[in-house]
Amino acid sequence: MSDIMTAKNLNLWYGETHALKNVNITIPEKSITAFIGPSGCGKSTFLKTLNRMNDLIPSVKITGEVCYNGQNIYDNSVDVNELRREIGMVFQKPNPFPMSIYDNIAYGPRTHGIKSKVKLDEIVEQSLRDAAIWDEVKDRLKKNALGMSGGQQQRLCIARALAVKPKILLMDEPTSALDPISTSRIEELAIELKKCYTIVIVTHNMQQAVRISDNTAFFLLGELIEYGETEKLFSQPTDKRTEDYITGRFG
Amino acid sequence: MKKNKMIERTIHGIFLILGLLTVGCVLLITVYLVISGIPAITEIRLFDFLFGTKWASTAAQPSYGILPFILTSVYGTAGAILIGVPIGFFAAVYLSKLANPKVKTIMEEAVSLLAGIPSVVYGLVGMLVLVPAVREIFDIPDGASLFSAIIVLAIMILPSIIKVSMTALEAVPKEYEDASLALGATPVETYFKVSVPAAKSGIAAAVVLGVGRAIGEAMAVMMVSGNVPNMPSLFQSVRFLTTAVASEMSYSSGLQQQALFSIALVLFLFIMLINATLNFFLKKEKD
Amino acid sequence: MLSKKRKAYMVGMKAAMYLSTGLTAALVIFLVAYVFIKGIPHISWELLSTKPSYISGRIGILPDILNTLYIVLATLIFVIPLGVGAAIYLTEYAKNKKLVGMIEYAAETLSGIPSIIYGLVGMLFFCQFLGFKTSLLAGSLTLVIMNLPTVMRTTQESLKTVPQSYRDGAFGLGAGKWRVIRTVVLPGCVDGVITGCILSIGRILGESAALLFTAGFAHALNGIFEGLTSPGASLTVALYVYAKEQGEFGVAFAIAAILMILTLLINLSATLVSKHFAKKREL
Repeated sequence: MSDIMTAKNLNLWYGETHALKNVNITIPEKSITAFIGPSGCGKSTFLKTLNRMNDLIPSVKITGEVCYNGQNIYDNSVDVNELRREIGMVFQKPNPFPMSIYDNIAYGPRTHGIKSKVKLDEIVEQSLRDAAIWDEVKDRLKKNALGMSGGQQQRLCIARALAVKPKILLMDEPTSALDPISTSRIEELAIELKKCYTIVIVTHNMQQAVRISDNTAFFLLGELIEYGETEKLFSQPTDKRTEDYITGRFG
Repeated sequence: MKKNKMIERTIHGIFLILGLLTVGCVLLITVYLVISGIPAITEIRLFDFLFGTKWASTAAQPSYGILPFILTSVYGTAGAILIGVPIGFFAAVYLSKLANPKVKTIMEEAVSLLAGIPSVVYGLVGMLVLVPAVREIFDIPDGASLFSAIIVLAIMILPSIIKVSMTALEAVPKEYEDASLALGATPVETYFKVSVPAAKSGIAAAVVLGVGRAIGEAMAVMMVSGNVPNMPSLFQSVRFLTTAVASEMSYSSGLQQQALFSIALVLFLFIMLINATLNFFLKKEKD
Repeated sequence: MLSKKRKAYMVGMKAAMYLSTGLTAALVIFLVAYVFIKGIPHISWELLSTKPSYISGRIGILPDILNTLYIVLATLIFVIPLGVGAAIYLTEYAKNKKLVGMIEYAAETLSGIPSIIYGLVGMLFFCQFLGFKTSLLAGSLTLVIMNLPTVMRTTQESLKTVPQSYRDGAFGLGAGKWRVIRTVVLPGCVDGVITGCILSIGRILGESAALLFTAGFAHALNGIFEGLTSPGASLTVALYVYAKEQGEFGVAFAIAAILMILTLLINLSATLVSKHFAKKREL
């Protein structure tokens, strides 16, 4: 497995707050990498540096590099919109647009210049199939997406992210707002998607990390404490703090 | 991809310009009023202009003293506040605290209607109902007077006073009132001794807003005040700052017209002062 | 038992409240009734469908109705894009708090300036400096400045209710800022724009002082394009002229009744629209 993303000496400040401290990590291709840690530890913040969603917050300052396929994504020559097309994102709370299911999925492809109806139809169907939701919605593609259940909405958002054919899918606690059944469907989906995509998932649920991820990174107070194969990290953590966290002594 | 960045930048620039439009308009208005208002003031001399008691712009020996207008505007506004504020205040307390929801909804609509009626309609009704009534009741030769203008202005500022006071009163946390009620105060006592003081910045803002409305009103006042440049007296025909501008603008020229611009400048300065005060109270209420 | 003093206080306060509210209610009822009773008998098809003729001595207000319509249309066409654009700048682009504060203060200042001053500056700037002469267009542009803060504020309010997650979702798919605004943000502020339009129409219909010296007093019957470049009286200005200068009180009251009906309609639609959107938002 080759590495698709690397962060080198990454530091991030929100105004005066030093939120990420010297993070170094490499993320292998076509695998699931989980970020765990207590809330406020910087795992979501770090996730958002990977496709520059932090650019939208005015007071954020970043030093160091994040390389995607060898290119520093914070380089001036990088087109942020093109970057976000290749590195998609699924958010904590399902956030479908107030449009039809079809238009939600077609939003990304249309953004990137696809106009042909035939092509769009094809992408919409394929994305919904890939996100394992096609059978549930194929008869109501023109219905407003806000009428779906929370779990369906989240899978719709995954389908929407897949529709622009990204290489990496960043998931920010995608199941935290969902019931257990919807959660397990999303987890199954993630494992299925790993065949074609690289997935980075932030989760506050350690069982989830164990169930689905290949590698796990443990964050604490803005630092990357430990990073390695999931099985090893949970069975024989090398750092005392990791051990304390996964055995439930805090957090 | 460079092209996309260019487009985004251009669009950002366009929105920046649109955003600055309000600032531009304020500057435009200020600059125009200052540029067109200064010449007459320098020619007439500031003191004679502001404190001269005689306005005779069309006389052979013209005289341009605007003290009558300034005082009329001040007295007229003060009178309107004196009448309008208590009525508006008590109505606002009743509607926001005591009235049953149905009465409240209906009265809110009525107040909105009062706010929406064009000023010329107020002027028209004032001209044909109020002016003759004032003449009869007070037995004066002409009912078109400062008094009539004050009544019309008091009615016209009523909706702003009621609405803004109501908003402030409704924002008072219910816990304050509950605390007072729990100590054995009656609802009425609670509303006046707890809620009203808690909402005082908002109510002050309502009064200041009323002042601004009253001092800036032109058409309605023009129709009921008789429009004669007398020094103000309650039952005499008078002319306001606003009506001084409106009544002569269409046929004036030369120094006379420039003097009208100067009057507008004086009015504008009054308004800016009122706006600053209003902003002060609104900010205070937010905190 | 309450002491006598407390009882007297309560009775006094209650009386003041009932009296004030009653007076306000009575005032509204009187104004509406009086204007309708005096005005409606004078409204006739002939009055509504002709222009004034010195030969027959009859008065028609069709030109004034059309002028008002033209002014409303022209003003809205300019003020909507400008006001919405300003609101978008403030909520979507502006990052500098001082600049935002300055723009908002300017907008507040604009809404506090009396219409007679707008009339004067409109005359100097649009009629004289830009050479539009006394015309409906000059009048409309003056009203654009007056109504800019209204449209800006209502749009801003509704933009604030568009969830940030919509914007994040769109940015996350690689949409550029302009595309996010166009496809996700703007559709969410339709209610604010409509509310702004209604409030503006109300203000335009009631405006007279700002139009007196910018749009003039003429009663000629024109098409919209010809009309915009020529002087013309709106309904309010016509009311003023008929009442104050010609003593035609019947016509003045007929116009007053029409304006009153329009005001009622505007208020009604404002209420309905806000109720409609409040319901929609709850979903």
